[in-house]
Amino acid sequence: MNKNKEQLLNKRYKAEQRFRLYGQSAIFMALLFLTIFIFKIFSTGYSAFQKTWLIVPVNFDAELMMLDENPTKQDIEDADYYEIALQSMWNLDPNANEDQQNQLKRMVSYFFEREIKQELLKDTNLLGKTKEVYLTASDDLDQVFKGNYPRDLPEDQRRVSDYQLKIFDQLVANGKVESKFNISFFTNADSREAELAGIASSFMGSIFSILVCLMIAFPVAVLAAIYLEEFAPKNRFTDFIEVNINNLAAVPSIVFGLLGLGVLLAIFQLPRSTPLVGGITLSLMTLPTIIIAARASLKAVPPSIREAALAMGASRMQTTMHHTVPLSMPGTLSGTIIGLAQALGETAPLILIGMVAFVNTIPGSPMDPAASLPVQIYIWAESAERGFVEKVSACIMVLLGFLIIMNLFAQIIRHKFEKKWS
Amino acid sequence: MRKNGVKMIKIKAKDVDVFYGKKQALFNISLDIEENQVTALIGPSGCGKSTFLRCLNRMNDVIDICSVKGEILINDFNINDKGCDVVRLREKIGMVFQKPNPFPKTLYENVSYGPTIHGIAQSKQEMDEIVETSLKKAALWEEVKDRLHEPGTGLSGGQQQRLCIARAISVRPEVILMDEPCSALDPIATAQIEELIDELKKEHTIIIVTHSMAQAARVSQNTGFFHLGQLIEHGSTDKIFKNPDNKKTQDYITGRFG
Repeated sequence: MNKNKEQLLNKRYKAEQRFRLYGQSAIFMALLFLTIFIFKIFSTGYSAFQKTWLIVPVNFDAELMMLDENPTKQDIEDADYYEIALQSMWNLDPNANEDQQNQLKRMVSYFFEREIKQELLKDTNLLGKTKEVYLTASDDLDQVFKGNYPRDLPEDQRRVSDYQLKIFDQLVANGKVESKFNISFFTNADSREAELAGIASSFMGSIFSILVCLMIAFPVAVLAAIYLEEFAPKNRFTDFIEVNINNLAAVPSIVFGLLGLGVLLAIFQLPRSTPLVGGITLSLMTLPTIIIAARASLKAVPPSIREAALAMGASRMQTTMHHTVPLSMPGTLSGTIIGLAQALGETAPLILIGMVAFVNTIPGSPMDPAASLPVQIYIWAESAERGFVEKVSACIMVLLGFLIIMNLFAQIIRHKFEKKWS
Repeated sequence: MRKNGVKMIKIKAKDVDVFYGKKQALFNISLDIEENQVTALIGPSGCGKSTFLRCLNRMNDVIDICSVKGEILINDFNINDKGCDVVRLREKIGMVFQKPNPFPKTLYENVSYGPTIHGIAQSKQEMDEIVETSLKKAALWEEVKDRLHEPGTGLSGGQQQRLCIARAISVRPEVILMDEPCSALDPIATAQIEELIDELKKEHTIIIVTHSMAQAARVSQNTGFFHLGQLIEHGSTDKIFKNPDNKKTQDYITGRFG
C-alpha cells in the first residue's frame, strides 16, 4: 500500500517534469524561429542602409553647357548638363569605343546629370573648373561593391560587363569608390532603379493611412463600445450585435478590400490609390478590434466603482464619463494601438484599392496617391533586379521597427496608466 | 427620536415586493424607519436584507432583471413613483458598501465628487470646508490632512471605509444606508466605524445591514429580522434581542440557525 503510494507520487512528479520540458522546448523552438527570421532579415537588409558612390572628376565646361559669359543663376539652372556629365564618365577611359562609352555611362544612375547640376548650383564658382563629384553607382555595381554580386558567372549571364568591372576595379584601387549612409533610401520615393528607390512615399502613405484609420475607427469604436457596455439593454438584439462584431473581427482582410473597391471607389468615386481610401478600408478592419478591446476594458472596471458613483447621485452619463471611461482608457488605447499595428501591416485590402500602383512622388496629403510599407515590400519583392533584394529586407526592418515601437507604446500605456484598485 | 413622545418616522415601506426575473426575493415588506436612529437589518445570508436596503435608494434599478413593487415613502413621498428623480433621491440618501470602494482618485477628489456634481459648493474655499468637515465627521481628518492629494486607494481598509463614509456625508444626506460596512474590516477598524455610526445618527437616519448580531445589538436602536425574503419581526433592538415575539427570531438570535 505504502509502496504503491510512493510509486504514484513519483509518477506525478515525473509527469510534471515532462510537462515543464515540453513547455521549455516549445519556447525554445519559438525563439529559434524568431532568431533565424530576424538574422535572415538583418543579414540581407543591413547593406541597404549603405550606398555606393563613384567619385568622378567633372569639368564644368561652360561651352559644353551652352552658357554665355557671366551667366545668371537662372541660366545655370536652365543649362544643359547632359554633355558634361557624359564627358566626365567617358573620361574615365579615354580610349573607349562607342559601345564601351555606353557601358561607362551605365555605371552610374540615370540621376547623374542632376547630381552634377546640384553640385554646381551649390557653388557657381566651379564654372569652368574641374571638381570631383560623388555620383550614385548603378545598383549592380553597388551590389558588386557590397560583395553580393556573383562575379564569377559567365559574362553573358551578368548585367555587369567585364569592361565595367575592369573600370570599377580601377576606381576601387584608386580609392574613388566610397560607401556612405544611404540617406536617399529614406528621402526618395519608389523608383524603377534600385539604387534610387526609397521608402519615403510608402512611409508617408502608411502614416496617412494609419491617421485616417485612427480618426475614423477610434471615435466610432469607442462610442459603440461605451453604448453597448454601459447603456444598451441586454437583450437578443444586442446579443446579435455582439456576435456580429466578433464575426467582423474574423473576416479576412481582403474582403474589406473588395468592399473598399466596390463602395468607396466605384460608388463614392473617391480618388484611387490614396491613403484616404486605404485608411477608410483599414478602419473597417480595425473597428471590431478596438470595439472588443474597449468593451473588455470597460468590463474590467469593477462594478463597485459604478455603484459608488451612482449611489452618490451621479447620473448614468456622469458615472460613465467621470469614472468608467477614464478608467478603461489605458486598455482601450493599447487595444487601439494594437489594432492600428495590425492595420499597418495589412497588404491585401490596399492592393485591391490600388495602393499597389507605382508611385514615384511623395504624398503631401491623404488625397495624393501613395503606396504603403507592406505593399512596398510586395512590389519590391516582385522586382527582378538584384538591388531590390536587400531593399525588401530593409523595408521589412523599417516596418518591424515601426511595429515594435507601437507595441512598446501600447505596453507602456497599459502599465503606466492602468489604475490599481485595492 | 421622539418629539413630544411621538416617534418620528423617516421612511415608511408598505407592501414591498422585489422580483429578480421570475423569482421573488422579498415578500410584502412593511417597515417603518425612525428618524435619527440606527436601524439594523439582520438575518441569514440571502434573506433579502441587502435587497431591501438597495430599494431605499433605488440601486436595484441598475439590475436589469430586478423589479420592485409597493410603496416606499420617504418624507411622505413615494420614491417608486414615476415622478421621482433618482439623482435627487440619491443625493438625499447616501450609501456605504460592503467592500470599501473609493474612486481611484485623490482623497480630496473622492470627497468633493458629490458636492461637485450636485453643485453644492460655490467656491474652492467652500469646497475645502466641505471636504474638511466631511473628513472630520468621518474621523479621518487627523490621519489624512497632510495627504489629501494622494490616491484614496493607498489607505488601509478601515481608512478607506471611513473615506467612503466621508464621501457619503459630503452631500449632507438625510439617510445613510450601510451594507455590511464592517465585514471586510478587522476588529479595531470595526470599532472605529461603530463609534462613528453612533456619532452620525445625530444628523442622519442610519440603516445598517449586518451579519453580526453583536454589532446590531451594539449600534442600533431598532432591529428588523429578515428570513427567506420575509420580514419576520421588527421592533426596538432591546426587545428583539431580549424578548422576541417570534420563535424564528428567538432561534436566530440564540444561534440555532443562520
